Amino acid sequence: MFGIVLAMDVMNIVWATVVVGGVGLVLGLLLGVTGHIFAVEIDPKQAAIRGCLPGNNCGGCGFPGCDGLAAAIFEGTAPINACPVGGAAAAAAIAEVMGVDAGDVADVEGKKAFVKCKGSNDVATLNEKGRKVCTYGCIACGLCARACSFGAITVENGVAVVDREKCVGCGACAAKCPKKIIELVPESKTHVVACSNHQTAKEVKEVCKVGCLGCTLCSKKCPEGAITMEENLPVIDYEKCTNCGTCAESCRFKVIS
Amino acid sequence: MGELIIIAITAALLSNVVLSQFLGICSFLGVSTKTDVAVGMGGAVVFVITVASAVAYFLYLLLDALGITYLDTIVFILVIAALVQIVESFFKKYVPSLYKALGVYLPLITTNCAVLGVALTNVQNKYNFWQSVVCGFGTAFGYLIAIVILAGIRERNANNDVPTPFKGSPIVMITAALMAMAFFGFANLAI
Repeated sequence: MFGIVLAMDVMNIVWATVVVGGVGLVLGLLLGVTGHIFAVEIDPKQAAIRGCLPGNNCGGCGFPGCDGLAAAIFEGTAPINACPVGGAAAAAAIAEVMGVDAGDVADVEGKKAFVKCKGSNDVATLNEKGRKVCTYGCIACGLCARACSFGAITVENGVAVVDREKCVGCGACAAKCPKKIIELVPESKTHVVACSNHQTAKEVKEVCKVGCLGCTLCSKKCPEGAITMEENLPVIDYEKCTNCGTCAESCRFKVIS
Repeated sequence: MGELIIIAITAALLSNVVLSQFLGICSFLGVSTKTDVAVGMGGAVVFVITVASAVAYFLYLLLDALGITYLDTIVFILVIAALVQIVESFFKKYVPSLYKALGVYLPLITTNCAVLGVALTNVQNKYNFWQSVVCGFGTAFGYLIAIVILAGIRERNANNDVPTPFKGSPIVMITAALMAMAFFGFANLAI
């Protein structure tokens, strides 16, 4: 009797395997046939362009994934250096595929994400729940870190920090930041304003030790006139900035560094 | 014949797949921004559900004969996935504009619970072949009606001055809820 039960179970398993496997096989063959019938011919050039792209599908270029960008470049609706992640290397490879000179288009500079807040838990004033009082700065929610496909952002001691080595400048973090305090800064520019608090000096003093008080010294000292004050915060025009460092020297609280 | 018509009308209007069974909400909300795209999506769903119902019927006969009906869900998923793949490659070849517009929602029909829901409902109600096919078609047609109406409303709503908290998804949800209430009026349809 035990043997019969066992035999039945075995047959059940066999039938289950045969049916599911059989159905899968038939459908697979069907798909193979229809795949041939409905095959879309992709220009090998487009496939080659796709091969030059990083394949992270981060969407930093504004197209739906790397396939979308490859199609757009192939059709000529996107420039060959449209991929912010691959940068000049990808642009050069694509230029070779497309048979154009990369020199004149590939010099567009890459960008790096920058968190405009340095208020770690040590320097920012915390409320009784241990949260920052400052309503402008990084709230350490971690959305940027999660949005980053490259592991370039970590939240350390209450503030998000970008690893410039890993950052590719796709902008995914900036789009996710609920405080809108992540800015994409041209790669070569070394001076950035690390505070987002628009309040007056007294109010900033109360909530953070490394906040910008809006003293306007940096904007007055800048020899290029690249810094303007907007709502108590300096804004650097990176078109004009020459990396001279006068602003960082003039800043008493090293908000610009 | 009369019975088939009743099944179709019941599936399409009385127990509308989206508005009273809450199946297939994902694509219902996702691809209902433009009417023509919504029609394409509805068409794809009609094809997939109708064919899936027919194929699922025969497969269930096979499973029933072998006494392994507990495998119905997994086998139905196989069939649906393959059908969606066929539809996708067809669209890619012959209607590339629609293929682009549907985007990720086309392969997502695979996991659209409406499709699997119909196949399993047919089995539960012990429908015969024609009843299954008609029920599948009716359900899918109900989906088509719902998504096209919603797309139409959204197109008109796009230029309206919606209060800020309701902009985007919330107003679509509210629209869908009002549509669902309206569809409940069909419950009193005397057939």
